[in-house]
Amino acid sequence: MKSDLTKGMIHGIPIALGYLSVSFGFGIKAVGAGLSVFSSAMISALNLTSAGQAAGVDIIAAGGTIIEMILVQLTINIRYSLMAISLSQKLDKKFTLPHRLAASYGITDEIFAVCSAQKGPVTPSYMYGMIFAAFLGWVGGTALGAAAGELLPAAISSAMGIVLYGMFLAIIVPPAKKSLSVFIVVITAAGISVFFRYVLTTLSSGFAVIISAVAAAMLGAAFFPIKEESE
Amino acid sequence: MKLAVYIAVMAGVTYLVRAIPFTFFSKKIKSRFFRSFLFYIPYAVLSAMTIPAIFYSTGSVLTAIVGTAAALILSYFGLPLIVVALSASAAAFIAGLFLK
Repeated sequence: MKSDLTKGMIHGIPIALGYLSVSFGFGIKAVGAGLSVFSSAMISALNLTSAGQAAGVDIIAAGGTIIEMILVQLTINIRYSLMAISLSQKLDKKFTLPHRLAASYGITDEIFAVCSAQKGPVTPSYMYGMIFAAFLGWVGGTALGAAAGELLPAAISSAMGIVLYGMFLAIIVPPAKKSLSVFIVVITAAGISVFFRYVLTTLSSGFAVIISAVAAAMLGAAFFPIKEESE
Repeated sequence: MKLAVYIAVMAGVTYLVRAIPFTFFSKKIKSRFFRSFLFYIPYAVLSAMTIPAIFYSTGSVLTAIVGTAAALILSYFGLPLIVVALSASAAAFIAGLFLK
């Protein structure tokens, strides 16, 4: 019998490999925004999230306000609250308060997905193993991308700038294809965002994202409420 | 110095958003509107972040459009995240070679 820690690490390997290449793109982006290799890796180590970090770096680069940073992180990362609530129903008895405080650091989309798919209750060791693997991929990839971003030919590093956005599209498109309501919400959010970019340009990019997303999601909730008990 | 504050705020908010519900939440959210809102918000955020920013992500709108098209097509057919992400980049890179 493998220990839960080992099992978690093994289940975390595909996550780590995926993170490695995406965070490579983040590293390039962060250095491009004027951050050092160390700061870029530090951001990845402390946040362990893609969209929030990308938006955070945009705010840093634009010299945005702290309030803007707080609101943007809240809006983008609020999905983790939902995942945390869902996962909290599935925890092993060993999950005492200190374990919950520690493991909540590692609730990402992918770790949540893999933990949720487990048959039995999730133990702290299992989650730590998976978080450890994911951490190595995420922070290692960021450092490599940030370091290589300075060395790579411009043609390659600029093409890597699209990696994170490509991943975002890969998250959005399949559910939008399956569900008309998700499709409408996604198109609405994109439409409002385009409006802020080209028409109402006084708003900073962070606030534009918040307003676009909140308005589109509220529209979705008002007109297409989800079925009871559906994810 | 300002950078350290930005990073600390970013990390603090991201941690609390995860830790507060994970540690203290045991009941289910009742409001159907709020649960629906929470269901839609990730897609809405990613969409608003991606469009139109993706078109400026490669330094050339033309190569970015090629990359975006590649990502849309591959994700439509349900390919894994990482395949979609790297193909978008490869497509943008190849488009860049032709546009030189």
